[in-house]
Amino acid sequence: MASMTMIQAIRSALDVMLERDDNVVIFGQDVGFFGGVFRCTDGLQKKYGTSRVFDTPIAEGGIVGVAVGMAAYGLRPVAEIQFADYFYPAYDQLVSEAARVRYRSAGDFTAPITVRMPCGGGIYGGQTHSQSPEALLTHVCGLRTVMPSNPYDAKGLLIASIECDDPVIFLEPKRIYNGPFDGHHDKPVVPWTGVPQSEVPDGHYTVPLESAAIFRPGTALTVLTYGTMVWVAEAAVRETGIDAEIIDLRSLWPMDLDTVVDSVTKTGRCVIVHEATRTSGFGAELTALVQEHCFFHLEAPIERVTGWDTPYPHAQEWAYFPGPERVGAALRRVMETA
Amino acid sequence: MSQCSPLKLHVPEPTGRPGRETDFSYLNLSPAGAVRRPAIDTPPLATVDVADALVRVLDDDGHAVGPWDPKADPQLLVAGLRAMLKTRSFDARMVVAQRQKKISFYMQSLGEEAICIGQVLALEPDDMCFPTYRQQGILIARGYGLVDMMCQLLSNDRDPVKGRQMPVMYSSRRHGFFSVSGNLGTQYVQAVGWAMASAIKGDTRIASAWIGDGATAEADFHSALTFASVYRAPVILNIVNNQWAISSFQGIAGGEAATFAAHGVGNGIASLRVDGNDFLAVLATSRWAAERARCGFGPTLIEWVTYRGGAHSTSDDPSKYRPADDWQRFPLGDPVARLKLHLLATGALTDDQCTRMQQEVDEEVVAAQKEAESYGSLASGHVHDASTMFDDVYRDVPAHLVRQRAQQQA
Repeated sequence: MASMTMIQAIRSALDVMLERDDNVVIFGQDVGFFGGVFRCTDGLQKKYGTSRVFDTPIAEGGIVGVAVGMAAYGLRPVAEIQFADYFYPAYDQLVSEAARVRYRSAGDFTAPITVRMPCGGGIYGGQTHSQSPEALLTHVCGLRTVMPSNPYDAKGLLIASIECDDPVIFLEPKRIYNGPFDGHHDKPVVPWTGVPQSEVPDGHYTVPLESAAIFRPGTALTVLTYGTMVWVAEAAVRETGIDAEIIDLRSLWPMDLDTVVDSVTKTGRCVIVHEATRTSGFGAELTALVQEHCFFHLEAPIERVTGWDTPYPHAQEWAYFPGPERVGAALRRVMETA
Repeated sequence: MSQCSPLKLHVPEPTGRPGRETDFSYLNLSPAGAVRRPAIDTPPLATVDVADALVRVLDDDGHAVGPWDPKADPQLLVAGLRAMLKTRSFDARMVVAQRQKKISFYMQSLGEEAICIGQVLALEPDDMCFPTYRQQGILIARGYGLVDMMCQLLSNDRDPVKGRQMPVMYSSRRHGFFSVSGNLGTQYVQAVGWAMASAIKGDTRIASAWIGDGATAEADFHSALTFASVYRAPVILNIVNNQWAISSFQGIAGGEAATFAAHGVGNGIASLRVDGNDFLAVLATSRWAAERARCGFGPTLIEWVTYRGGAHSTSDDPSKYRPADDWQRFPLGDPVARLKLHLLATGALTDDQCTRMQQEVDEEVVAAQKEAESYGSLASGHVHDASTMFDDVYRDVPAHLVRQRAQQQA
């Protein structure tokens, strides 16, 4: 067992699957010889050859479209979209094709593809390198949307995604590629080394889809979150001293509702945290689900802490990012309600 | 000081409209037998002339002439004629069935039958087709059951796709027929992906992609050409230029300034422009493209010049936007009549045999319709149970759909 960054863990998952299954192929912009702009596929082309790991033209719709065709042939393609902000040209192929071909053909054709996309901000990427478009994906029936928060889960979830017979969108929060960022951007960068979740086995293992993790057990309230914001929520809990239970959803949709309902039923209070814009964001769905399933156990209104409903700004990044202060303030407000 | 007059937006307009005959000189036809046949391994840019001309084999008397004469086995041509007649008979009956409200919607392929049927006869049975909604001829030529097709159209409880799709959106992996999408052009780039997969696996199978002139404007078309060219994918990229995309003529899709085949050459793909109503030209050029793909020389784009003989769909009324007699005046004629003339001229068939073949296919279609209708229809309520709508969204039914199914069934 070695300590790995998210990048190393993702690369290890891809390596394991290329080794185990001849039908796994990896492609995307710059993923071949160069190994990806974030280095997630570094060395894989050299190890497995150009017909298993290769560069593509800059055409996201084409990348996902050929993945659907390869899946119809019988392959298990793993496509990389260089930034989630660039996936929109592929939306038709994801929504109308990958997500629906099993349904519309009554199982005659399927699309077991995995589409990896780095997402989220915190890197001064401005409005074209910072978005968290998960709600545009969780809204689509037939897709699975996954977002890990640490190296161990990243590898296990990515292997589970590649092995899954449904199309999976695998969102990688780029700010935590190299360390567990807690939102304190003015403090020194923390590496993954020494963080328990960075201990990653070399070989094959999975973290099951549709299973949430209780990241931090607690009794006072429930925080529902995922990705980078798991670490931000933990910082807010630490700084406020509120004994919150933090649930890392991991699989956004379909999701592990039981773990959520059990927790909110126990605590009676719920704060939902995500980096994406607020209106019609995934937090709205979580709010509705908690209201539908836990209403009579709630002792306070559900709060959402999210990015503002603006494009992700460049120079005002930290005013936009829902950091530990904003999360902490929400935790206090929810606790102050009688 | 510029001498230019003020700018004016150019919006292409067809030469013919209701009450005004079409001037078909824009088709720029070549005489039968006049266009050269390049070598199988010809470089893409060397096909620029054949992407601009029109490959034709059958002359006006039904004789096969020139370098593209496929010298086909007469029995293969007879089989092609039978599949075309069956497709046309099937279409005619289904248009009537829609008018009788037995089915909710239909799309016929009148006038375009030679293209996909001729190509299928040039392919191996396990080559994979990614069709549009107007290539039902592929299924018929590959022997998919007429009853199964009709059950799909009737949306009844024997519909192989369980009532999930509008009529004509067939799917049959076993017959190398990818699930038809209603979103235009998506299948084109998927076909390239399938072909890339075949090459990745060291297979010998090739893909056949289909699109209409209108949908070539979609981004997926252009991505398909880029990927096919870059990876030298073993795929035939078919463009059925039937002159009309619902009410907009092919100039609106970009066919005025250049042929559709020329799009291929510019992308580094060997390209041919072919008389799509000439069954022998379809067979010969499809064989050329299939051999080129299978030998590793890469993709071929073929523009098939034809005419949409019927309405776009049963929801469309073409008399509102094109001359009523346009198809009768279309200079490339009717593909069925032209192949029949050839088979009669060469003695491969007699008039009596033609008449008998027509009767046989009509009887087969009528019998299939009788059987399919006996299984009920959407109109009669004989559809797959509502609870099945929750299946196949995912491989396994997730918890939220288990709950929703229970709510729906309550």
